[in-house]
Amino acid sequence: MVGGILTASTAMDVLIQNNKPSLGQGNLHCVNANEAIQSVLLRHGHDGTRLMQILREVQDALGWLAPTTLTAIATGIGWPRARVESTATFYSFFHTVPRGRYRVLWSNNIVERLQGSRDLMIALCRGLWVERGRTAEDGLVSVDTTSCIGMGDQGPAVLVNYLPITRMDMDRVEAMVALIRDEVPLANWPAEWFHVADNIQRRDRLLDHALRPGAGLAATLGRGAQATLDEIRTGKLRGRGGAGFAVADKWQACRDAPGEQRFIVCNADEGEPGTFKDRVLLQSHADLVCEGMTVAGLTVGAHQGYVYLRGEYRYLLEPLKSALARRHRAGLLGNGVGFDIAIHLGAGAYICGEESALLESLEGKRGIPRSRPPFPVTHGLFGQPTVVNNVETLACAALVAAHGGAWFAAAGTAQSTGTKLLSVSGDCARPGIYEYPFGVSVRQVLEECGAENVQAVQVSGPSGACIAADEFERKLGFEDLPTAGAFMVFDQRRDLFEVARNFNHFFQHESCGFCTPCRVGTTLLRQRMDKIARGHGTCYDIEEIRQLITVMNTTAHCGLGRTAGNPLADTLHKFWPHWERRLKSLDFVPAINLDAALAPARQMTRRNDPAAHLAS
Amino acid sequence: MSDTFLLDGREVPFAPGQTVLQAALAAGIYIPHLCYHPEFKPHGSCKLCTVTANGRSASACTLPAVPGLRVDSETDAIRQERRALIQMLLVEGNHFCPSCEKSGSCLLQALGYELGVMSPHFRHLYPNRPVDFSHPDVLLDFNRCILCELCIHASAEVDGKHVFALAGRGIGKHLVVNAESGRLGDTNFALTDKAAQVCPVGVILPKRKGFAVPIGQRRFDDAPISAHVAEFTQKGGA
Repeated sequence: MVGGILTASTAMDVLIQNNKPSLGQGNLHCVNANEAIQSVLLRHGHDGTRLMQILREVQDALGWLAPTTLTAIATGIGWPRARVESTATFYSFFHTVPRGRYRVLWSNNIVERLQGSRDLMIALCRGLWVERGRTAEDGLVSVDTTSCIGMGDQGPAVLVNYLPITRMDMDRVEAMVALIRDEVPLANWPAEWFHVADNIQRRDRLLDHALRPGAGLAATLGRGAQATLDEIRTGKLRGRGGAGFAVADKWQACRDAPGEQRFIVCNADEGEPGTFKDRVLLQSHADLVCEGMTVAGLTVGAHQGYVYLRGEYRYLLEPLKSALARRHRAGLLGNGVGFDIAIHLGAGAYICGEESALLESLEGKRGIPRSRPPFPVTHGLFGQPTVVNNVETLACAALVAAHGGAWFAAAGTAQSTGTKLLSVSGDCARPGIYEYPFGVSVRQVLEECGAENVQAVQVSGPSGACIAADEFERKLGFEDLPTAGAFMVFDQRRDLFEVARNFNHFFQHESCGFCTPCRVGTTLLRQRMDKIARGHGTCYDIEEIRQLITVMNTTAHCGLGRTAGNPLADTLHKFWPHWERRLKSLDFVPAINLDAALAPARQMTRRNDPAAHLAS
Repeated sequence: MSDTFLLDGREVPFAPGQTVLQAALAAGIYIPHLCYHPEFKPHGSCKLCTVTANGRSASACTLPAVPGLRVDSETDAIRQERRALIQMLLVEGNHFCPSCEKSGSCLLQALGYELGVMSPHFRHLYPNRPVDFSHPDVLLDFNRCILCELCIHASAEVDGKHVFALAGRGIGKHLVVNAESGRLGDTNFALTDKAAQVCPVGVILPKRKGFAVPIGQRRFDDAPISAHVAEFTQKGGA
């Protein structure tokens, strides 16, 4: 059942070829720069809502986004310059300072860290004489870390100029040093480095669907919109992104909401560390996902859909475009069916997985979660009724459309119907994609992926739950352990304090900064975690951490800030020895001796009685 | 006025469309807040106005008032959280009250007193935020910025100029001006702009006019900020 090695096909070759111009042209002359900017602006109709795509394409051409470049773009789209700067500086993959002609980003996912990614990165930096996070003096290369790139089953992985290279090891690092030093174009790097395997380990009704493109669409057209909605309701389909909202309710609300037009948005911003199942759906089942979007469009009365593809999955952009073109030619998209799909590429911001932040980003703005109500189903993209669904949810919707709700609900449990894709990574013999009916126990997954001596499982990523061995009989599903799909295994060797610290660094890096408690709170937590890691922590720091978590949990604007403390709280509660052994002392240790500090006061007041001393 | 909700056990009337914060202020009940201003659409970023409504925490400034809602504001737990939020803002920027022109009229400082903040508590982050003296009439001291966004809204919505915006992400978020040089002097900002009047702290200050109002006679010198509640409902107030 091991998934075959995929891609590196023509689409990837095209992408690598397209990537070539950004090499060796970091300092283009003004005339060329202006021509490049104007041609990108023209291609996007000088439309400010296309700003993300404009910024990316201009950066591809010029290497970085210089102050003059931002001014030219602002003029071109008729926006205040400050608003363009605002967007450009929000996303990790836009650079307003020069970066290397080769940009190597190591995935900072904890699983890959435990597999030695840090040592590999240090070796790469040494080999290239470059400091992490800095650009080489000659502008040749920059090396840094980035949040999980969705390759946890085949790491350690890197992005080189935003294209993934998996299965890094010392041999590949050494070869990469030589390739970069010799300035070999990416197109001439070993093709097998860019292979991304599907790694499908267990299939069920979703991955075994065998639907011919158009089957779900034909069933929807035959049945009608309301009847399709009824099937979704009968199937009790719930969102696969984590929250588990009833899809029928969401679609119905959007269908009923007044608006000039409606939109379907596919949330392919799969940023939760340890999750990579959407990558596989988009890579090998793109038709099914597109079909689900089209079914949704016909059902709620939308004519336009968008796939919000995370910047880390840029290698899928060309294959997805080809899939859309194929469907156009087959009459499954476009005027014939009254529904079309466009792809919007993100640029490195975990927060855009939050649906309202995603919509802001789709409009060309910073990815800041909106205040709700109103909800996207009534006031979504451009203020119009919008359905935002996860990739897997839409794929399931296509299955429901084709086979009916009763068929769908036959698998899974009463409250969690159907199957769930799990992204299994970490300490196990067979990492990859596992499809199970909802209700499967943690233990069964562990047994089938070949995990031994397991200490903990992080279910649903850092914002999910850390499960200890005495909880392995718990079942995945909305009744017990809800999950968006991440399943990270840590065996007895692992230090769960370091796992928690990695997750804290992740949230601190990905906080959008909108609200005070998340922006400052994640940073203050990071101070404390790093202090403990350095061996200077005491119980006082633990108490401070607990209080910060409480403040963030109750006052933060969105789920990121509210759950950012979870990995710390979970491991404090369940794996206290991992923390305790890091502490300098279990007692409060003041930085100064308070009684000694009072000596001058005692001297001045000529007192030395017991009341003039602090109790020791 | 028939609809009411309960705020700390008191019945508060509200008009359709009002948020909990707007209704409370109109009824003369103060709820701490920094980024809310009566003339602009509330956005809820400072989180000082966090309350619990029917048991769930929410920002009072963006929470629509509905009949029968049970809102708690002045509880020990919420006051403790608000103190922590003020302390977070104090260590995030560089705030030196004794030498600040805005001392005594500063909302951050006044709220600190109101909530009993006795120290910054957390470790200072000491960000490097250069001061901008480039404008002939106005200086910008970014050290004091609490990212409330009011100048952004005022410049865009009242002045029609878009002089200010936020850049960066997370703890790196900061205020920028609408100029390639990054200098206020290269924008069309004017001292008479609405954006020059709304800063709750001491970022946007007129030049050559220091300490015109003596210490002791400043806005919050006479009484705590909660006693000034009427000022937060008026146009031109806050």
